[in-house]
Amino acid sequence: MLSSLYRFTAKIREINHRYSKPHIEMSRAVKMSLLFLRVYLLVLVSLILYKFILMLK
Amino acid sequence: MNIFSKLYYKFRKLSKAVQLYLVIAGPGLVVMIADNDAGGITTYAATGAKYGYNLIWFLLILIPVAYYVQEMTVRLGVVTKRGHAEAIFDGFGAFWGWFSLIDLMILDWLTLVTEFVGMTSALHIFGVPAWVTVLGVVALMGMIMLNGRYWTWEKITMGFCALNLIYIPGAFMVNPSVSDILGDGLIPNFPGGFNGELFFIMMANIGTTIAPWMLFFQQSAVVDKGMQEKDIPWGKFDTLLGAILTVVVAIFIVIVTGTVLKGVNIDDASQAAEQLMHTNHYVGAFMAIGLFDAGLLGAICISLASSWAFGEIFGWAHTLNTKIKEAPWFYFCYFFALVTSGMVVLIPGAPLVLITLFVQVVAVTLLPAALVFLILLLNDKKHMGEYCNTFSQNLISGFIVVVIVILSTLYGLSVLFPNMFH
Repeated sequence: MLSSLYRFTAKIREINHRYSKPHIEMSRAVKMSLLFLRVYLLVLVSLILYKFILMLK
Repeated sequence: MNIFSKLYYKFRKLSKAVQLYLVIAGPGLVVMIADNDAGGITTYAATGAKYGYNLIWFLLILIPVAYYVQEMTVRLGVVTKRGHAEAIFDGFGAFWGWFSLIDLMILDWLTLVTEFVGMTSALHIFGVPAWVTVLGVVALMGMIMLNGRYWTWEKITMGFCALNLIYIPGAFMVNPSVSDILGDGLIPNFPGGFNGELFFIMMANIGTTIAPWMLFFQQSAVVDKGMQEKDIPWGKFDTLLGAILTVVVAIFIVIVTGTVLKGVNIDDASQAAEQLMHTNHYVGAFMAIGLFDAGLLGAICISLASSWAFGEIFGWAHTLNTKIKEAPWFYFCYFFALVTSGMVVLIPGAPLVLITLFVQVVAVTLLPAALVFLILLLNDKKHMGEYCNTFSQNLISGFIVVVIVILSTLYGLSVLFPNMFH
C-alpha cells in the first residue's frame, strides 16, 4: 500500500518536472489570456463558495 | 460515348472520394452526435414544449458554432499527435495541466451519472429495472471496448449514432405543419419577447452544444485513429457533417415536442416520452429509445475522454488498439468511472437533481479554460506550422469562444442563483 503511494507520488513529481516549463511562446496575448483565466476562475470559485455558504445557512 | 466515359470517370472519382471519407469518418461524427446526450435531449424536448418551433433558427446558428470549435481539435491533434490534456500540460505547464485534468475528471464523472439517469429513466418506461439497465450498459460497453481495435469500436459506436436518427421518423409520425415550421422556425424571433426564461433556454442549448469533454475526446480520437496531415480536409468534413446531423436531430426533437406537447412543462426527456405515449405509443417509444441511445453514446465517449487524458499524462498505454493486458490502467480508468457513476444511480435517495445542476456549474470552470487554451495552441506557429489559425479563423473562432464563454458563464451562474434572470 505504502509502496504504491510512494510510486504514485513519484510519478506526480516526474510529471510536474516534465511539464515544469510551458512550451508555448509566452507572448503578451498569451500572458493576458492566462491572467484573464486566473481572474475568471477566482471570481467563479468565490461565487461557488458564496453559494455553498448560503446553502449551509 | 465521350459523355458516358466522362460520366463514368466522374462516378469513379466520386465513389473513390466516398470510400476515402468512410475510412476517415468517425471522430467528428461520433463526438457531434454523442453531444446530443441525455442532457441534450432533455434540453431540446423542453425547448420544443415551451416555445414550439420558434427557436429552430437558433439551433441552426449552432452548426457553425460547433464546427469552428471542434475542427480546431482535428488540426491540433493531427499536427501535434497529442491529446488535448497533453497539449495543455506541454503548452502551459503543470499548473494549468493539473487544473484541466482534475476538472475534466470531476466533470466527466458527474456527466456520466446524468447519462445513467437518462438511460435508466428511458428503459424504466419499458418496465426495465434500473439495476438491469446499469448492469446491461456496463456489459455492453465492456464488449465494445475490449475488442482491442479502434476501428471496430468506432464502427459499432457509429451504429449507435445511426440510432440517434430515430427522432426523424418520430417527427414525421406526429404530422407537423410544414408551413408552421418554416414560418415560425426559420425567421429569427423571440417568442414572448426576450425575457429571462427564454435567455435561460437559449443558454442551455448553447451549453449542450459545446461541452468540455468534446474537445478532449475528439483530439484524442484523432490521435488514436492515426490521422495524418493529408486527412485534415476529410476530418473537417467529418466534423461539419457531424455538426449538421447533431442540429438536425435536435430540430426533429423540437418538432416532435413542439407539435404534441406545446405548452407542457418538461423537466426531463423521459417525462416527455411518457407524455408522448399517451398521444402516439410509437412516437413515445422512439423518444425513450432515442434517450437511452443518447445516454449510451454520451457514456461511451465521456468515459473514454477521461481515460485517454489520464493515459496521455501518466504515460500509460492509452489506445483502443490494445488489449486489456497491454493497457490495464487505461481500461481500469474507463471501467472505474463507468461502474462508480452507474452505482450512484442505484443508491436510493441519491441527490441526482443536485448532480445534474452541479454539472453545469463545474462545466463553466473548465469550458472557458479549455477553449482559450485551444485558441492559443492553434496560434502557436512553432508547433502548428502551416496549420496555424489564419486571421479569419481567429476572428471567427475568437468571436465564437467569447460568446460561448459569456453565455455558458451566465448559464452556470443562473443555475447557482436561479432568480438572477427572473
